[in-house]
Amino acid sequence: MQDSGLSILFMGSNFLRLLQGLWVTLQLSLISVAVSLPLGIAFGMFMTLKHPAARIISRLILDFVRIMPQLVLLFILYFGVAHAFGWNLSAYASAVAMLVIWGTAEMGDLVRGALISIPRHQYESAAALGMTGRQTFLEVILPQTVQRLLPPAINLVTRMIKTTSIVVLIGIVEVLKTGQQIIDANRLQFPSAALWIYGVIFFLYFLVCWPVSLLAKRLERRMN
Amino acid sequence: MEEKIQLQTRDLVKKYGDDTILNGIDLKVRKGEVVVLLGPSGCGKSTLLRCLNGLETVDSGEVLLDGEPITAHGKNMSQMRQKIGMVFQSYDLFPHKTILGNVILAPVKVQHRSRQDAEAEAEVLLRRVGLWEKRGAWPRQLSGGQKQRVAIARALMMHPEVMLFDEVTAALDPEMVREVLDVMIELAGQGMTMVIVTHEMQFARAVADRILFLDQGRFVEEASPEQFFTQPKSQRAKAFLKTFTFDRCATTENSVVI
Ligand SMILES: Nc1ncnc2c1ncn2[C@@H]1O[C@H](COP(=O)(O)OP(=O)(O)O)[C@@H](O)[C@H]1O
Ligand SMILES: [Mg+2]
Repeated sequence: MQDSGLSILFMGSNFLRLLQGLWVTLQLSLISVAVSLPLGIAFGMFMTLKHPAARIISRLILDFVRIMPQLVLLFILYFGVAHAFGWNLSAYASAVAMLVIWGTAEMGDLVRGALISIPRHQYESAAALGMTGRQTFLEVILPQTVQRLLPPAINLVTRMIKTTSIVVLIGIVEVLKTGQQIIDANRLQFPSAALWIYGVIFFLYFLVCWPVSLLAKRLERRMN
Repeated sequence: MEEKIQLQTRDLVKKYGDDTILNGIDLKVRKGEVVVLLGPSGCGKSTLLRCLNGLETVDSGEVLLDGEPITAHGKNMSQMRQKIGMVFQSYDLFPHKTILGNVILAPVKVQHRSRQDAEAEAEVLLRRVGLWEKRGAWPRQLSGGQKQRVAIARALMMHPEVMLFDEVTAALDPEMVREVLDVMIELAGQGMTMVIVTHEMQFARAVADRILFLDQGRFVEEASPEQFFTQPKSQRAKAFLKTFTFDRCATTENSVVI
C-alpha cells in the first residue's frame, strides 16, 4: 500500500494545493451566481413583457445562449473578443463573463416560467381588493414566484458550480487543474494517481454541491 | 328602500375584437339593493361584472359609483376597487398566505390599517362565516365552500359599498353550495348592495330584489323575482328558465312548466 495513489495527497503541500484550487472554483461560482441571479430575475421579468421587440430580443438571447456550448462561449470570450476588439479579457474575467451570460439566460428562463405559471386570477383578485400593480407584484406574485423558483434555481446553482470546471481549458488553475498538475507530477511514480486524485476531486465537488441541494430540499419542504 | 343610486352604468359597450359582448347596458343599483343577473352562458354576465370594477376596459359608455365615473385609472382605480368587493367563481385565495394572512393582507397594505386593528376585524368576519378556527390553516387545506366563505370575508374587510358575486358556487360540490349562499343571504339581510350572477335559481328567487335578464348584450327583461320566475314576459327568458326544469317525457303533455 506504500505506493497507493492516495498517499500522494499527503505528500508535500498537495492537499493544500487542491484546497486552494477548490477555493478558486468556489470563488468563480460565488461571483457568477451572485451576479447571475439578480440579472436573471431582471431578464426573466423582461421576457414576460408583451411588447414584440422585447419578445424577439429575449428569444434571440435565450436561443443563442442555449445553442452555444458553454465551452464555445468561453473561447469566444477569451480568444475571440480579445482579437476582435483588442480587449484583453483575463482568463478569470472571461470565465466569469461566460458563467454570468449563461447563468443569466438560464435563470431568466426559470423566472419567466415561474412568473407565467401564476394564474391570472391571482392578479385579478389582488386588483379587486384595491391592490396596485406594485403591491400585487410584491405581495402576491413575487412570493409565489420565489416558491416555485427555488428548486430549479438551486439546481442551476449546482450546475454552475460544476460548469466552472471547463475554465481549465483557458488556463485557470482551479481544483481540477490542480489535480491534473499533481497527477502529472506523480504519474511515473504512482500509476494509480489519476484514479485517486480524481476521486478526491469528485468528493470535493460533492462536498460543495451536496449542502446546496440539501438546502434546496429543506426550503422546498418548509414552503409546502 | 332608499332611492340613492349607488352603482350605475350608462350605455355601456364592450367588445372583444369584432364581437360586441355588451351592447348598451344601462344598469342602476340602488343602495342596499340586491340585483341578480341571469342569462345564458356566454351572454356577458362576467364581462359586465368585470367592467363594474374596472377589471375590463369599456369601449364606450361609463360606470358610475356614487355618481362618480370610475373609468379613470391609477390611484383612483385602487380607491374605487376598495369600495367594490368582488368574489369570483375560481377559488382565488392567495396560496402563500394563511387564512388570516389572506384576509388582512389588503387592509394592511392598501388601507394601511394596523395589524391589530385588521386582525380584530378579521376575527369578527371570520367568525361570521364560521371559519375563525381555520385562521392558521392554508388555503389548500380548506374545502371549496370554505375557501369561498374566506374570499367573501376577505372582500368585506375592505368595507365595500357594493359586492359583486360571479357564480361563486358554480365550481363547488353540491353539498357546499348552501353554506356559501347562506352567507350571501345573511349579507343581503344586513343591507349590503349586491350584484349577483348565479345559476342557483332557488337562491336567486330568494335573495333578489330585482332580476335582470341579459341576453345578446342587452337587458331583455327586468322584473321582480316573483314575476320573473312565474310569469316571464320575453320568449328568451322563458326559454332560459325552461333549461332549469326537468320533465318526464311521458307525463309532461299537460303539466305546467314552472
Ligand atoms: N378575454 C376575452 N377575449 C375574448 N372574448 C372573451 C373574453 N372574455 C370573454 N369573452 C367572450 O365574451 C362572451 C361573454 O363572456 P362572459 O362574460 O364570460 O359570459 P358569461 O359570464 O355570461 O357566461 C363569451 O362569448 C366569451 O367567449
Ligand atoms: Mg361567467
